[in-house]
Amino acid sequence: MTVTANAVPSTSAKRPFAWSSPLTYALALAVAAVSITPVVYVIVGGFRTTPQIVADPAGLPDPWVWDNYARVLTRSDFWGQALNSGVIALGTTLGVVLLGVGAAFVLARYTFRGREALYTFFTLGLLFPAGAAILPLYLMLRDLNLINSYYAVMLPQIAFQLPLTIVILRPFLSAIPRELEDAAAIDGTGRIGFLWRIVLPLSRPALVTVGILAFVASWNAFLLPLLVLGDASLHTLPLGVQNFSSQYTSDTAGILAFTSLAMLPALLFFTFAEKQIVGGLQGAVKG
Amino acid sequence: MTATNPSLDLAGGADAPPARPRPGRSSARAGETRRKWFEIIGLTTPAVLVYVTFVLVPMGFAFYYSLFRWRGVGKPTDYVGFDNYVLAFQDPIFLDALRNNAIIVFGSLVIQGPIALAVALLLNRNFRGRTVFRLLAFVPYVLAEVTVGIMWKLLLADAGTVNAMLESLGLGFLVQAWLADLDLVIWTLLFILTWKYVGFAIILLLAGLSNVPEELTEAAQIDGASWWQIQRHVTLPLLAPTIRIWMFLSMIGSLQIFDMIWVTSVPAVRSLGASATMATYMVDNGFFARLWGYGNAVAVILFVISFVAALLFQRFLLRRDLQGAITGRAK
Repeated sequence: MTVTANAVPSTSAKRPFAWSSPLTYALALAVAAVSITPVVYVIVGGFRTTPQIVADPAGLPDPWVWDNYARVLTRSDFWGQALNSGVIALGTTLGVVLLGVGAAFVLARYTFRGREALYTFFTLGLLFPAGAAILPLYLMLRDLNLINSYYAVMLPQIAFQLPLTIVILRPFLSAIPRELEDAAAIDGTGRIGFLWRIVLPLSRPALVTVGILAFVASWNAFLLPLLVLGDASLHTLPLGVQNFSSQYTSDTAGILAFTSLAMLPALLFFTFAEKQIVGGLQGAVKG
Repeated sequence: MTATNPSLDLAGGADAPPARPRPGRSSARAGETRRKWFEIIGLTTPAVLVYVTFVLVPMGFAFYYSLFRWRGVGKPTDYVGFDNYVLAFQDPIFLDALRNNAIIVFGSLVIQGPIALAVALLLNRNFRGRTVFRLLAFVPYVLAEVTVGIMWKLLLADAGTVNAMLESLGLGFLVQAWLADLDLVIWTLLFILTWKYVGFAIILLLAGLSNVPEELTEAAQIDGASWWQIQRHVTLPLLAPTIRIWMFLSMIGSLQIFDMIWVTSVPAVRSLGASATMATYMVDNGFFARLWGYGNAVAVILFVISFVAALLFQRFLLRRDLQGAITGRAK
């Protein structure tokens, strides 16, 4: 889109739209600096030694040491925690997308009594703070013997992510032209076939959006795992970072390295999917 | 896929069909209606079940448990009525937590809103490298609360980077115990929360901005409107629904804020109330101090406050938006 914009000649002084004025860049740079300076500091700090950091907290690495990152990466519990985070996040994403598509498809493409009531019923979940339910949730999972299992994190996460997922998906699924459904019907395809062969491929951007939101929410989740994963072998990365930082308080460089490595996957994931997220949210915030 | 599961055919075709079958062809219609309900129930039941079990049922239990004095072992038997609620509102620490939540709710709206709007308008301009700048602006929002919390905890420690930099810049008088000073800590936390969550507002506003039809801004431009005039009179009014939705989400998020506060604040400072929120107070007392009945009472209070705030917001600000924006098909 930048290309097309630049293709338009905009040299005329009368045009108030100077596409790339120095001021725009200055402001954008300032925004970027505020956003990433602390993060860069953490990543770079991981290449220093703790004495270096203590002597001059704001300095650059001199010399650069790989030891901190090497230490974290050779710890088996870092990889175990990354695996736990990955399994839980993937399970959550899969569950959210499967259940969300089913419900959103019905709410978007079927006409039936109680449809709006069902939709309101789901959107009500947006008002339920996940935090408020955490204590009874813990008790319930304990009674169900699910404490210290992946399910104890995945199932509630799926449940609490469903309202947002349905709110985002429904307008997308509604927007698929009725003619396509009629054409499918004429070809003898039922609505399930229509869902499977036409709706799902067409709504891939929206599915990716809700999938990413669910994945990142799960990957970053802290409170629920903190309460239900007492078993250290099941700990996820956020728990691992928190434990490491309170266990080795004097190892500042180690904490910085661990924190950087824990940040990395979410950053990479988001970098690849940013367009999808903004695009996918358009339907939900339509004015 | 969530295929139709025969065992879930609870209602079958027995339910009254909502679309009245035309007389004459009723048998074929009935079969179709039957299949329709079969599909509706099969596709929605898994979502409804999970949602009810893990979202709605726990809130019901929270209220039940809140009426007991209970250490979490065995069945609750020591019924105390609403005593736990009375206790909470008599505890100055809880009142501090309430005040802190209020600061975070209003502070977030007042500070993040204008910043996000300005940044979103900036990043909505067409310039080379815009995508990269957008990505960079979103970084804080993408990072886990825990990593951000630990990062700022290190930066703002007494002998941390921020204080060291202030010293070296000759601004030594500004050096503070950012996270330990009882009067200052909530404002430090508000700053960290702003840094973390302003990206969320920017994402939503950019999504909203991309819905503003280009024809409108182009028309205004042809009529000689300046960039500022266009933003003020064309873009902003069209963005209002998105802003209100963000305000709503920000408010709910601020009321239940936990992770960052928990990780960043020093436990001793939190236990004095200076950096407690309703959620950290609830987990400290309910889970870690094992006062389950009391903790659940706090959970219900947190829930009721969020719910009432949400309803008021919906009633007065969000009504039009929800009709137009979220309900999908325009009538």
